[in-house]
Amino acid sequence: MVTTTPPAIKNRSRRAKSAARPGDRIFSGLSKGSGITLLVIMAAIAAFLTYRTVLAVSKDSTNFFTTFEWNPAGDPPVFGIAVLAFGTVVSSVIAMAIAVPVAIGIALFISHYAPRKLAKPLAYVVDLLAAVPSIIYGLWGAIFLVPYLDGLNQWLDQYLGWTYIFDKSADGVARNLFTVGILLAIMILPIITNVTREVFLQAPKMHEEAALALGATRWEVVRMAVLPFGRSGIISASMLGLGRALGETMAVAVVLSPSFVLSGHLLDPGGGTFAQNIAAKFNEANEFGRDALIASGLVLFVITLLVNGAARWIIARRKEYSGANA
Amino acid sequence: MSHAVQERPVAFAKPRGPLSHARLPRWTPLAVAAGSIAAGVGIGLAAGWHSKVQWGLVAALVFVLATYAITTKVEGSRQAKDRIATSLVWVCFVLAVVPLLSLAWVTISKGMEVLDVYFLTHSMNGVLDVEAGGGVYHALLGTIEQVGIATVIAAPIGLLTAVYLVEYGNGKLAKAVTFFVDVMTGIPSIVAGLFILSTWTLMLDFGPSGFAGAMALAILMMPVVVRSTEEMLKLVPNELREASLALGVPKWRTILKVVLPTAIGGITTGVMLAVARITGETAPVLLLVFGTKLINPNPFEGAQSSLPLYVYEQYAVGTDAAVARAWAAALVLIAFVMILNLVARGIARWKAPKTGR
Amino acid sequence: MKLSRNNGLRASAIGALVVSGALVLSACGSDDNNEPTKSGGKQTSAAASNIKCDGAKGQLLAAGSSAQENAMDLWVKNFQAACEGVEVNYQGIGSGGGITKFNQGQVAFAGSDSALKDEEVAESKKICKGGTGVNLPMVGGPIAIGYKLEGVDNLVLDASTIAKIFDTKITKWNDPAITKLNPGAKLPDSTIQAFHRSDESGTTQNLGKYLSTAAAADWKYDPKTKSWPAPGGQAANGSSGVAQAVKGAEGSIGYFELSHATANKISTVSVNTGASAPVAATSENASKAIAAAKVKGTGNDVALSLDYATKAEGAYPLVLVTYEIACDKGNKAETLPTLKAFLNYAISEEGQKVLTSADYAPMPAEIAAKVRAIVPTLS
Repeated sequence: MVTTTPPAIKNRSRRAKSAARPGDRIFSGLSKGSGITLLVIMAAIAAFLTYRTVLAVSKDSTNFFTTFEWNPAGDPPVFGIAVLAFGTVVSSVIAMAIAVPVAIGIALFISHYAPRKLAKPLAYVVDLLAAVPSIIYGLWGAIFLVPYLDGLNQWLDQYLGWTYIFDKSADGVARNLFTVGILLAIMILPIITNVTREVFLQAPKMHEEAALALGATRWEVVRMAVLPFGRSGIISASMLGLGRALGETMAVAVVLSPSFVLSGHLLDPGGGTFAQNIAAKFNEANEFGRDALIASGLVLFVITLLVNGAARWIIARRKEYSGANA
Repeated sequence: MSHAVQERPVAFAKPRGPLSHARLPRWTPLAVAAGSIAAGVGIGLAAGWHSKVQWGLVAALVFVLATYAITTKVEGSRQAKDRIATSLVWVCFVLAVVPLLSLAWVTISKGMEVLDVYFLTHSMNGVLDVEAGGGVYHALLGTIEQVGIATVIAAPIGLLTAVYLVEYGNGKLAKAVTFFVDVMTGIPSIVAGLFILSTWTLMLDFGPSGFAGAMALAILMMPVVVRSTEEMLKLVPNELREASLALGVPKWRTILKVVLPTAIGGITTGVMLAVARITGETAPVLLLVFGTKLINPNPFEGAQSSLPLYVYEQYAVGTDAAVARAWAAALVLIAFVMILNLVARGIARWKAPKTGR
Repeated sequence: MKLSRNNGLRASAIGALVVSGALVLSACGSDDNNEPTKSGGKQTSAAASNIKCDGAKGQLLAAGSSAQENAMDLWVKNFQAACEGVEVNYQGIGSGGGITKFNQGQVAFAGSDSALKDEEVAESKKICKGGTGVNLPMVGGPIAIGYKLEGVDNLVLDASTIAKIFDTKITKWNDPAITKLNPGAKLPDSTIQAFHRSDESGTTQNLGKYLSTAAAADWKYDPKTKSWPAPGGQAANGSSGVAQAVKGAEGSIGYFELSHATANKISTVSVNTGASAPVAATSENASKAIAAAKVKGTGNDVALSLDYATKAEGAYPLVLVTYEIACDKGNKAETLPTLKAFLNYAISEEGQKVLTSADYAPMPAEIAAKVRAIVPTLS
């Protein structure tokens, strides 16, 4: 019933005969048309962005990539993305480092560990939490998470302050990149969990039963039959989560106390992310200022693209070892 | 950790047959959990940490280590690894559930303060933002229409694109589509809004409308639908497709009748994730739909409002009455997404083939 | 066609849900909030009094400064109550956003915390056929410096101290500069947490202008910038964010419109301007400072040049004036009557009078008279 053969499905599209049926022609045309539509929209946006970016960056009086300042309304205009790129990457890395393992844990819990009576409602709760809009995470983060993390911050400073990154040099509440990372982790956790859980549930039952029959422990079953099967799905899910973490606007804007200072002290208030900066500056910006913000948005795209590319590459490289058939 | 060790009674060292391992009794994890929570609280109190977060972390650490130590002693290393995996999974669950439940609890308890029938059925017309009263009806209606339109645009395109990528696509076009979908997963919502603003609103000279906002939301929704649907379709075993094709079923029917129904659960999850993402968007709505205090049932003409915009506005006003409205609207927003989710899952279950699970 | 059935089913199911939901909901929704039981709050002013509607009808869109949003709220409420079938829709998206929307022809007027710049005036000529955008000051208000400090009720600061605090040059509450201004107050030896806006804002800009005028030696940053120029301190999003941060942290200080201080019950700083007594942040005191302003606009433009260094008795110098920006000629024909009627009401004595109830400052008589003369001439 279930697969061990991994032939790529795509090879079958050479089957000219079936493609000749009218239904097939229409359907494949329709799906191809959708693909093209999507491509056209996305390409148009990319072109639009590139155009506005060129407009902005050509007038920037300093290096767009290394400047620690954002003042496109100045004379001459000065703006650069160094701080934003740093903040975006750091907060997303923290978020992913926390969320991915935990999400895999929860997904396994729901799919393989939890008592069935608990698993169903739990899956539903996680579904719902994935549906909570980010602005609500923002409100909750500002009012509840930040005060709670104050203590954790002091604790980290006290015991891990020697690591430089956890050294807290300035006073103030925990409205820093570390907090943002944790909030983002909480936000993307349900998303990653959801997709990963669906993937784990699809893992071939036969493999699991075979492993169990050979006397494997539950962990060994998971490790040998479930995780390899789900690897591509886990990575995809993580990328979806990362996409949200990188582009998250309101939650970060409400929680972070931003500044255009690049600091490795994650517990000090300061830093910023692309989306947060766009939200903070957009309303008051003039046309040129908006172009500058769009330019920063384009950089965010490139970062997203690089990460996604890396993920695709990993999936492709591991494909032959995985139990998945695509 | 001493109390954890005491919990290991000597009783089950009794002789067993060669084929069965020594096993810990079933209540061990619970006992260890209780013990480690006590340890966490104890250490936390002793060190005088204010935040309960550390207490939880210490308890979790003690739990994992204790489980490992005990199991290694009694059951051997393979079992110990199994136990530690189990306990890690449980710890993950607890760690994650605490903040998420807190979020749900806060929203519900704060939201219930002003949420009533009046709130749901009235707009903010004639109510000052700083004072109490008014309702969320206009925003709710706007959100329903905008998200509805966006879903009607984006879900079929996204689904069909995913079908194309998995079932038909190879070669340059598929690569290009994949590439752009990847790029667009990280699109800041304001950029999608700006794109529609400069094309639809400025170049084609349409006024603000719910439809303009819906188009921007559709752009945000598509990549999420494609990405998650694609993943789910890939997981459908090839044998199913091959069996269907071998019976002479045309490929399009195979996809519609075999592939999609098999993956319907996952696809629904994906679409709902996408809906959830766009339901919470503020920026494109503000740019394109403008926002209003009045009821405007026509999504194709005139300013509308939306729930996230309403939440944000009321939060920004900052008076107690406004913040209470913000939480209530947030609760309405979650409830709305929840109901959609339920309906979608219901449909998915109804359409899905019966499987072993 | 069969092939679209599956997708169609999902889509149409959602569609059906949406439609039926919308139908069910539109049956029970209502714009009427005047039911006595629930309308809550005070009825802020006598509606339907002397407001002249003069052919106002339909929808008037406007956007801009969030600082004047509560004032607009009041005016819109009264105006709509008086004029049947009119909808005035003002969105507080920020001054820059408002001007952008105005210059794109998306709104009939914009609200802005600073007068149009030359290039913005030039751009407005595209929309205002035969005319330009003009600045009509209609709302003033004090920017309050709010603080939270246990046991200190009447904190007095001067411009130079405020500059040094926000520039993190003064970091302790018992700094000699502060104790000197507050003899007898029990100032603790704790760190000052200075909060500023993380988003760009006209409020920040006006504070900057004030500090660089009244304390030029201690505030050397660009006075025109709308984003926070100094490196130190902490930031929060929006006036409400800053107010909440100040409310939540002992030993903190921040700036926001007076209404946020009132709403959150935050104590505000009285400013030592050099007048005989320190001046508190109130509507009346702000009006007195605005009265010291000179009109720098020409023709129909009433852009003001505020005197931030004023030493007049009882004048609170840290003020913000919001302009309504409309075309002097070439407004859209369909919204012109509504625009004129609404602005007429806003600058009328009655319109200005309601401002104090929302912690704003009415325009001084001379300036108001000037604007009143211009509004009817808009075309």
